[in-house]
Formats: sequence, C-alpha cells, structure tokens
Amino acid sequence: MAAKQKDPVLVVVQLTGGNDYLNTVVPYNNPLYRDNRKVVSIGDNQILRLDKDYGVPSYLAPMKQFWDEGKLAVMHGVGYLDSPRSHFRSMDIWHTCEADKVGTEGWLGRVIREIDPNKENVITAVSFGPCLFRALSMPGVPVACVAGPLETYGFLPGIQEQTQRQAVLDRFSRMYKPIPGSGVMEYMATTGLDSLKGADILKAAPGKYSSEIKYPDSSIGRKLKGIAQVHFADLGTRVFYCDHGSFDTHAGQNPLHASLWTALSEGLDAFMADLRSHDKADNVIILIFSEFGRRVRDNGSGTDHGAAGVTFVIGEKVRGGHYGDMPSLEARKLVQGDLNPNMDFRGIYSAILDKWLHIDPVPIVNGTYEQLAFLN
Amino acid sequence: MAHAADIALMAHLMRRAGFGAGRDELEARVAKGYDATVEELLDPETQPPVDHYTLLRHQPSALLPGGVPPMGNVNYMYYLVTTQRPLEEKMALFWHHVFATGNSKVDNYDQLLEQIDLFRHHGMGNYRDLLLKLAKNPSMIFWLDNNQNHGTEVNENWGRELLELFSLGAGNYTEIDVREASRAFTGWGFETKLPRLPYGRFPWKFQYRPEDHDEGEKTFLGHKGNFNGEDIIDIVVEQPACAKFICRHLYNFFVADEPQVPAWNLEPPRDPAAIDILTKAFRENKYEMKPVLRTLFTSDFFKNARYKHLKSPAEVVVGTLRQMGGYEIAKPGYGELSMQPSYMGQDLLNPPSVEGWHTGQEWINSGSLMARINFVAEQVGNTSAPGVQSIIKRLRAMGVLAPEQMVDTCLDLLGPIEVGPDTKKELVDQVKEWGDLSWDTAANAQAATKRTGELLQLIVATREYQFA
Repeated sequence: MAAKQKDPVLVVVQLTGGNDYLNTVVPYNNPLYRDNRKVVSIGDNQILRLDKDYGVPSYLAPMKQFWDEGKLAVMHGVGYLDSPRSHFRSMDIWHTCEADKVGTEGWLGRVIREIDPNKENVITAVSFGPCLFRALSMPGVPVACVAGPLETYGFLPGIQEQTQRQAVLDRFSRMYKPIPGSGVMEYMATTGLDSLKGADILKAAPGKYSSEIKYPDSSIGRKLKGIAQVHFADLGTRVFYCDHGSFDTHAGQNPLHASLWTALSEGLDAFMADLRSHDKADNVIILIFSEFGRRVRDNGSGTDHGAAGVTFVIGEKVRGGHYGDMPSLEARKLVQGDLNPNMDFRGIYSAILDKWLHIDPVPIVNGTYEQLAFLN
Repeated sequence: MAHAADIALMAHLMRRAGFGAGRDELEARVAKGYDATVEELLDPETQPPVDHYTLLRHQPSALLPGGVPPMGNVNYMYYLVTTQRPLEEKMALFWHHVFATGNSKVDNYDQLLEQIDLFRHHGMGNYRDLLLKLAKNPSMIFWLDNNQNHGTEVNENWGRELLELFSLGAGNYTEIDVREASRAFTGWGFETKLPRLPYGRFPWKFQYRPEDHDEGEKTFLGHKGNFNGEDIIDIVVEQPACAKFICRHLYNFFVADEPQVPAWNLEPPRDPAAIDILTKAFRENKYEMKPVLRTLFTSDFFKNARYKHLKSPAEVVVGTLRQMGGYEIAKPGYGELSMQPSYMGQDLLNPPSVEGWHTGQEWINSGSLMARINFVAEQVGNTSAPGVQSIIKRLRAMGVLAPEQMVDTCLDLLGPIEVGPDTKKELVDQVKEWGDLSWDTAANAQAATKRTGELLQLIVATREYQFA
C-alpha cells in the first residue's frame, strides 16, 4: 500500500529520566527561581530570552530558533494527579494512559491498530531503540524496533554477504510458515514474518537517502537521521519513536543537562533542516516529553524527582507559543516540594490524536481531556 | 539408541533445573545417572559457591552497585553464568519471579542483590521459613510500604500481596483477611535509613517496633487471636490453597507454561493430577522445598514435558553464554551482556510490578523476537567460541558429513533440540546447497567451519529453539 504523500506523521522523542522543567524553560525574572537553586540555576548571561518571563539556556539555541519561527509550542505544568515520582511508574503512565493500575496497552499501540487494523503495512510504526517501548506495545501490532544502524537492521545481521544473506532469510521465512491453531508457534510465525517483512522494506530506506545536511555524531543524531531516512522513503510509516537520556540529574546537573540538550537541539536542528530541504516537513510534528519534571529546590549538585514538567511540540503546522501557565514556585503552592501539574498530558495526546492524526482520542487515552489549540 | 535418549532427558533436566549444559557436561552427568544428578542438584553445598572476589577483581563497581544499571545486572549475571550450583541459582530466580521486587522503586541494587542472596541460601529450604525471612527483608518491606503500616494507620499493601501473590492466590481470602493480616504486620519496618548524601548508600536493617504494633485481636481465615506476623504466616501455609498456589508456580516455572497468574482463579491447571502430586509432597513434608523438587524432577509428567516451556530472556541469555563458554571472567563488555535480558523484555532485579513478569508466550513481541534471535545467532556464529569449537571438534571426528547427518548432529550437539518436519526439511535443504562437508584439507576445514557457524545461526533462529 503506497502511502498518501500527506498522511500526518508523528515523531515522539522521549526524554528518559525526568527532564528538569525549570532549567529548560527558565522563569528568569522570578526571584524564587534563583532563591531555590543556589547551585544549579542558569546564569542570566546564559539565557536566551523568549519573552519577558521565560528564556531557555543558550544550549537550547536551535529550540529558540524554532520559537522565533513560531513553530515551537511550549506546554507548561504538564503531568497528572498524584505523581508517584517513580521513573518507571511515571513512564508507564505516560505510555499507557493508565494512572491507577498497571496498563499493558500502549497508547501508540492503540493508534497503530486504529490506523492499520488489517496490518497492511508492518512498518506503520518504527522505533529506534533496543527494546519495544511500552507506548507502542499492543498484542498483534507489529513494530519495527531498530536497535542498531538502519543499514544492518534485520534478522541475523552477522550474515552480511548478499547472496548468502538472501538465501538464509528466504530459508527463515519458509521455516516460519504459520500453522493455524498451533497457538504459540503460530503467534511466533506471524511475529517473525512481520519483522522479516518490515526489515525487508526498511532496508531500502538508507539507499534511497541523499542529503546535504550533516547530522551531529551522537546517538540521538543517528536516530533522528534514521527517522528522516525512513520518512523520505515514503514507506507509509506514521509513527516514529526514539528516546534520549538519561535526564535523571540528581548530581552534577549543569554540565549533564547542557550536554544532553546540546545533542538533542543540534539533532533536531539537522532533522528539521533535512525535512525542509526535501519538502517533507509539512506532514510531520515532533512531540518531546519526559516522565516528570524535577524539584524546585536543588540538592546542592542537582535536582531530585519532581512532578509537573514541560512538553514541546515542534512542526510546520504547529502554532508556536506558550500553552498553559508555569505552576507557581511559591512554597505554599508546591506539592511535596514540587511544581503542581495543571495540564494533564492526556490533553496533549488528545489534541494530537484528534486534530493531527484524525482519530477519536477518547478510547485511546481512556477519557476526555481538554485539548489546547497548538495545531493549525 | 538408549544413550541418545539419556542425553536428551539429561539436557531437558539441565535446561529446566539450571540453564542448560553442553555435550561434555551432559555426558558426564549421564554417566553419573539421572537420579544421582537430581540429588546433586538438590545438594548445592557439594559444589563450590560463585567466586565473588574474581567478580570484584574485574568489576569492582559490582560490590555496591547503587541505583542505576548496569552494575547490579553485572553482579547478578556473573552469578547466573558462572554458578556451579545451577538449581540453587534457578530457584533464586524462581523466587525472584514470585516475590517480584523492583529497582524502579527500591532504587538500591545492593539491597536487591541481598534479597536474591536470601533466595539462594533459603530458596530450597522451608517455604514457611522463607516467607518469614521475606517479611523481614528490608527491600520487600520498603517495596510494599510495610514501613508505613502502623497500628494507628494500617497500610494493606504487604498484607494483600502476601496473600494474593506470595501464598494463597486471589479468591482464597476475603478483604477482611487482608485487613487483619495487615494489622498483624504493623510495626514490621526497618531502622531509620541513613541519608544517601554524602557517603552513599548504607545497608538497610529490619526493625520491629512493638509500640507501632496493633495488639488487638484479629480474625484471620477463621482463626481468632492477638496475631503477629509470624502467626499469619503459620496459618497461611496450612491452607490447602497455599500448597496449590505454590505448586502451580513450580509447575509453571519448571514443567510447562500455564496461563498468566491473574487467570489462575478462573482457569484450572493444565495438568491437575501433576499439581496434586506436588501439593501432596509439599504438605506431607511440611513445606520443605527439596522433597517437592525431588518429586517434580523425578516425575513422569516432568520428563515428558519437553519443549513445553518458552524460555525467559534470562534463560535465553544465560543458557547461551554458559554453552558458548568464555564468560567466566567479567571482562569489559559484561555490562552490555548483562543488559541483554532487558532488551528482550526481562529487566532482572526490576520486574515491572509486584506481579512479576508475564511469561510464556508473552515474552514474544516484534521487538523481543528479533533481539532473542540476533543475540543467540551472534554468539553461536562466532566459530572461535569454546562452545562452538567443541561442536566443531565432534563434527570433525565424524569425517565427511552428508547434509542430513550435518543437520542432525548440529541439532543434537546444540541441544539436543527437536524441530518439526518442515523446519528440518528447510535446514537440510540449506545444507544440501552447500554439499557434503569435509575437514580433510585446510581449505575444506575452513569452509566447513564457516558453514557450521551459519547452520548454527539458522538453527537458533527457528521457532522451536525458543522453547526449553
């Protein structure tokens, strides 16, 4: 099935570990910011101002560029009620939209099932990372998980010689003949054949890629380049996923946060430039989220787990600007020392599902949440 | 041929009671005899323990791994790969599955590894004693919030999971029982922890606070009294439901895949007679694990359950590394190896919740299947690995190999592994394309070595290989 050129595409970049909201979107004029962060606050001369209230550290310069172009939506105070401040539990909640029990179906897994119920395209979702993110997990829904370089993605990458490789993979697909009613064996057959088919389709992508853009030599840079390659190859992929981290900056925060965001910003800069130069940017948005923000007061070297965080959406069709308000830093308004979330993340998902992907958000996010108008 | 049948049975025993064994080990164990091998497995003290100091010499951070992967995983993987007490280690993993405690909250690999050590030392002892030690284990107390279970304000997390997941199973107690059990465990906490900064983590220690304990009368499963935690445990282990639940867990882990645990009070066991045999042994021996395991491993239902268990990621990785050899020293790169089960969906020492991992078919998804196949293929495709060299040596001794012979021998030496007729045909057809393999000249031997590596990769890519 050839993809229609302009089917909307979602790229998700997960910041694993809890990205520090206050040092990413800095309330530089608020005295409470520096009062609470004697050690980790960003110096005034290192802040690029977005407006009179907020700025970003200089190492987010490309993000500032997107802001100036009006293509960066900044969602403030994002989270949910009763955050457990646990990485894995919080990430699970973002992945499954189940806050009260352990969910097993990923929101994007549901999206893929909705977009491609008959499994016509096994690479509707492509993830760059070694394991299946729970956000994409759904029994019966294939997801191509590209652990290493795209060029060597597939089964038995050790067998490289072309004719031999082809012979072995043909053999593999014959061995994986589905035997209806055989239970696990059949399930493995479908899973194996879907992955094989996906690898077969995906491996064409790097060969078709040609670009003047130089991506930074970092893990996130390589992943974003891989996403661009697959996107440009018009293979019908609608959801891309990757992660970057670790943002769990309990100690030594300043240099760590800087290097993480430098790598990410430079990667995004190259990625958007690549998309634009190929005229393939219009149908793409990038969602950047983290499982929670971090504590208002620093611990002398870094910051501990918090609650409310910042989420970004970037794209040509994004209506740039601030959405929502930064929760108050006043001590009496904090929750356990943390910024009190005032925007439910499921509202962001809902807007993306409804206004961008054009599918009903309610069954996917398990409820009705307020959508903000960040999409044109 | 009688010997081949013995080898196949011994391979089955070693895959289940341990993490597999190569051909040399299998032959040595067959020479000893099946029952004698079971006795040796049940008597781990006859074998030397894992050499902790060798681990620390090469990976000093494994001493106190702290909160972040991979050093906790390195420590655990080292034990799994080098242990000469396979059943002791496998039972520790069994209890880790059942008493699932995760680093996501505990944030302390030092303590979690102590818990695994508890399972090593007491996992084959008395189940009642193990439960009591578990109730006093600081990681478990913290994991299930029993440190917040006060006489004046009861927290039911531990009380509930003790009944639901660790002993009786859902449907065999009431909400009142949960409450009353929780009341009985009030005051079971740990000494105030030293702050993490600036010197790092200190060990946690169990502490009972009598002033925090609810001294009132409790009514639990029909019994009345001023029960404390150990009384609850004593009542629980007497229940027929407890024997059935634990024995079904043993069956699921060692014999054949059952449905997921949440379905257990709705779906009966696939072999109720087998569960009955095990529960009888459990109760008659007053909850001693060794007689139950002996009964299990010497039973017909076990011996006949070949390939009815889909390997967990731990079994895939550890089994492969032990068979390949060369991983006895925790060399650089051990960190990445230790993370492999995580990539396949089983982050050791960090199960997703107290319910543990979903096993059997649910280990397989589009990401994990490729990870499993590619990892093992990369290992067996390395023809200079000791485990592969050992296979090649035996192949060489056979002289010229016809395709069918080549496939049969590789399947035999890699396992023995059984594959369906269609799969077998594909493997034989592949080797037929290469022609006969011989080792007489250097050139032929080199070609044969290469083909052996490729055939092994194809074998481990089969669906059948995913089963133990």
